[in-house]
Amino acid sequence: MVEAKALVKRFGEFEAVRGIDLHVRKGEAFGFLGPNGAGKSSTMRMIACVSPRSDGELTVLGMDPDREGPRVRARLGVVPQQDNLDTELTVRQNLQVYGRYFGLSRAHVRRKAVELMEFAQLTERADDEVEPLSGGMKRRLTIARSLVNDPELLLLDEPTTGLDPQARHLLWDRLFRLKSAGVTLIVTTHYMDEAEQLCDRLVVMDGGRVVAEGSPAELIARYSTREVLELRFAPGDQEAAVARVTDLGERVEVLPDRILLYTATGEAALEQAHGRGVRPLSSLVRRSTLEDVFLRLTGRTLVD
Amino acid sequence: MAVVSSGRVVGSWRAAWLRVEGHWTWYRRYWRSNLYSSGLQPLLYLLAMGIGFGSQVEPGPATGGLSYVHYVAPALLVAGAVQYAVGESTYPVLSGFKWQKDFIAVTSTPVTAGQVLGGQLIWVAIRLVLSGVVYLLIAWPFGAWLNAGAIAVVLVGAVTGMACAAPLMAIAATTYDEGSRFTSIFRFIVMPMLLFAGTFFPIEQIPAAIRWLAWISPLWHGNELARGVTLGGLDLLPALGHLAFLAALFAAGGLAARHCFYRRLVV
Repeated sequence: MVEAKALVKRFGEFEAVRGIDLHVRKGEAFGFLGPNGAGKSSTMRMIACVSPRSDGELTVLGMDPDREGPRVRARLGVVPQQDNLDTELTVRQNLQVYGRYFGLSRAHVRRKAVELMEFAQLTERADDEVEPLSGGMKRRLTIARSLVNDPELLLLDEPTTGLDPQARHLLWDRLFRLKSAGVTLIVTTHYMDEAEQLCDRLVVMDGGRVVAEGSPAELIARYSTREVLELRFAPGDQEAAVARVTDLGERVEVLPDRILLYTATGEAALEQAHGRGVRPLSSLVRRSTLEDVFLRLTGRTLVD
Repeated sequence: MAVVSSGRVVGSWRAAWLRVEGHWTWYRRYWRSNLYSSGLQPLLYLLAMGIGFGSQVEPGPATGGLSYVHYVAPALLVAGAVQYAVGESTYPVLSGFKWQKDFIAVTSTPVTAGQVLGGQLIWVAIRLVLSGVVYLLIAWPFGAWLNAGAIAVVLVGAVTGMACAAPLMAIAATTYDEGSRFTSIFRFIVMPMLLFAGTFFPIEQIPAAIRWLAWISPLWHGNELARGVTLGGLDLLPALGHLAFLAALFAAGGLAARHCFYRRLVV
């Protein structure tokens, strides 16, 4: 669906994307994970054929975005980072008007709008103006709108940023349904749980480069341990504790508010720490996540 | 499972027209307040200047021997159109890029930046004709029109408005702040133009040294044409000259706007 080689995006002197290779297969959910400013959105905009590449090769749906942008866009769905709905129109009108831009007949968009409002659970608000809708509803409407042309490839840029947990889960559920219907998804996110939930395969991006690639499970297996022990201390106590626990894990990360010990068995490490007289305020044993992978690869956390 | 998209690319004119359709969907919800400001505002001018102030003006050589209301009515339509076109080509266009972001939403579809601009221009033209017709009809019972040439004044108003709209859309497309430069444009270009470009009095009253300011203003060319088509006294050659000036401004503005739309939307 998407093929990129040494893809580069420059804005003046600044290089937002610094030569990345991508290969997105039909029917998969592919993720870009990385902090703000990693180059995810720039990459997405190039794939969406709204931003010409500065260098390298790119094909989307087998076509060159530079030469066949409109033809590619006709078959894409795009969910931008910020909703750009027409807030002065109703939910239904937003879907109908947008659908027309894809060359769909009036009767077709009328039918499609009903179907999509059902899908996005917005039927009850069908003829309400968009402005007063909640953030979650607007987001669902943006997603519904992106589906008006039955896209083969759906691009979602930070789909759940700013939503409450319930709204996020509802959105994820809708995205799963799309995926099982055969739609290829490309998602950017700086939430590791979102990447883990949604993506079959993902690339970790940092500073305009791809620093790792694989399935969430592969990445965790490759770059982290099975478990992580988190230790929190009273302010001022952490520094002294670091030296006493460092050798308990294969690796240790010291964050401003806690120590992370990477180990196969967290409970055992915690017991040993207690045995050495280390008294954290609280402790937590958990599975490794993509957050840990990212920390390992970049030395930084995803969400600052 | 294979998904086959139902989306397809439509032709350029069709795409621009779909934008008009989108605007129309919005307009149907808000037409009342819009029609008021677009059709009734020039009427207030007509009442105040044409009939009120005009009652103090003796028909003379400056008015071509006509009563002041007949002299000023066609120009007021054109001046109204210019004001309206300026309004529609500044903040609403900036909003498409910046606040409402509908231009960004639409250029994610097969519709291109140039087609968005085309739709915007056609939409403004349609509304200029609509509001011109409203003014024409309302001003009628007040005895503002001498003959059927008044109908052509609506078209002159639309043409003059479009000559202003195109370059302003280029300016709007290169505006990144909250649009503070628009205030300057209204204050230092549009207002003086409304007052001094031959709407209320012939520009021969303006000192010769600065009369060129009127000559380069689109409104003066529009006013001359408007009076020509309904009051007469305009020869073919000057009429073509005025039309050519407005057409050139529209064409140059449109090309600049097209360039700026692409530069803003395709980055």
